[in-house]
Amino acid sequence: MNSAMMRVKVQRYRPEQDDAPFMQEFEVPYADDMSIIDALHYIKDNLDGTLSYRWSCRMAICGSCGYMVNGVPKLGCKTFLRDYLNTGITVESLANFPIERDLVADIGDFVEKLEEIKPYIIRQDAVSVDDGEHLQTPAQLTRYRQYSLCINCGLCYAACPQYGLNNEFMGPAALTLLHRYNQDSRDQGRDERIDIVNAEEGVWGCTFVGYCSEVCPKGVDPASAIQQGKVESSTDFVMSKLRPRRPS
Amino acid sequence: MSKSGKTYHRADEPIFWGLFGAGGVVAAFATPALILITGILVPLGVLQLDYASVNAFASNWLGKIILLAVIAFPMWHACHRIFHAMHDLKIDTARGFFKLFWYGMAFVVSIAAGAYLIAI
Amino acid sequence: MSKRKPYVKPMPANWFMANRFHTLYMLREGTSIFVGLYSLIMLWGLAALVKGEAAWNNWLGHMENPIYIGFHLIALVACLYHAITWFSLAPKAMHLQKGDQKISDKPVVVGHYIVFVIATIVILGFVAWGGAA
Repeated sequence: MNSAMMRVKVQRYRPEQDDAPFMQEFEVPYADDMSIIDALHYIKDNLDGTLSYRWSCRMAICGSCGYMVNGVPKLGCKTFLRDYLNTGITVESLANFPIERDLVADIGDFVEKLEEIKPYIIRQDAVSVDDGEHLQTPAQLTRYRQYSLCINCGLCYAACPQYGLNNEFMGPAALTLLHRYNQDSRDQGRDERIDIVNAEEGVWGCTFVGYCSEVCPKGVDPASAIQQGKVESSTDFVMSKLRPRRPS
Repeated sequence: MSKSGKTYHRADEPIFWGLFGAGGVVAAFATPALILITGILVPLGVLQLDYASVNAFASNWLGKIILLAVIAFPMWHACHRIFHAMHDLKIDTARGFFKLFWYGMAFVVSIAAGAYLIAI
Repeated sequence: MSKRKPYVKPMPANWFMANRFHTLYMLREGTSIFVGLYSLIMLWGLAALVKGEAAWNNWLGHMENPIYIGFHLIALVACLYHAITWFSLAPKAMHLQKGDQKISDKPVVVGHYIVFVIATIVILGFVAWGGAA
């Protein structure tokens, strides 16, 4: 190996001609500040223009460039070649999602789940714009702020074996977003979301593997949101026995 | 009603999760010391568990509650984890039977421990 | 006509061997086998206690079998591993904040270890200094 070059193995899958994905090896010039997407850009511009992969912002906020790097879910923009000098690099599409083409994962199911939990502020009382904004104290913001930092990159789904085993499970990011809205002092939509929380597909599909929180590039800690969801669901379970909730 | 119109059914997990959690707490705080005593230090002769002392402890109502807690809760904990680990290992056949089997085992152990303690 | 043909990678039953974090997760779940077996051994001891002194001493005799001592050594390690994982995950189930700031997980985890040490000393001391009598 040339000292200034580095080998990168990339997953390829071309649906119109391949029956299954395979690995292809490329040599890219090495630099200390070179990220995985820089390496993929080099391959696409200089070695093989047919390589497909998603990326956009290059600064860990768009959530587009999630890949498996040596079997670990990572953002391509904040993962650098320099950290893999001894191990080599293998880039694959995000685990637990169907492979659309090369490194492009089909995350449609994840996006549907995000919508399913009603990720917006729901009010039971109609408030006029003339009444002014809904005020919130810094202490009320602290209750959910961490959970609002999610960029929907899907790394937690690629990390979650329960989602891999059964994709009926709502999964880490969707349940965390659900918790984020339930914890928002401006929101009154808990009753519209509790059925999802209580279900097998909801928090009870989680066995607290905890890898979602480990791989999250934004420090959101989905495992804690789901764990708190289990406490809330348990409380709701007991309350429903004592005082049945009216059907909504 | 969810956005997709799908209906969700309430899981009965809270019951088992509660017992699992109680067992997890006991297994973390008390069980290591108990294993060290009954499984290692007493057999090696470092500590004694003579019949009269243990019998006296188990005759006391507080002793009965403690013994029931350290036997029954960890059993619920273990059976819950094993039941879910079967799914992790992709053993998904006869889910209903295995649910009854594992939680039934924890239930039987709890009842047996309770019955023995009442008998003392 | 659509050229789409999404490929779904099969998930093998030994998926947890491919990732260290997942391997440790299955190890954590596996500790429950030892926790459960130890419950059964204690139930056996309790049954012996009910039967009388001879049965109790017979049970103590079984515990001196090297196979049982070996089992208990492994069970102790398994149980300690369970405790470590349990304590590190315990703070996740609650949201604690002081004023505007979220309280970090660390004091909760440290608190669990302090309780663990106290509980272990109390249980060992109770048996060692004849508290049972």
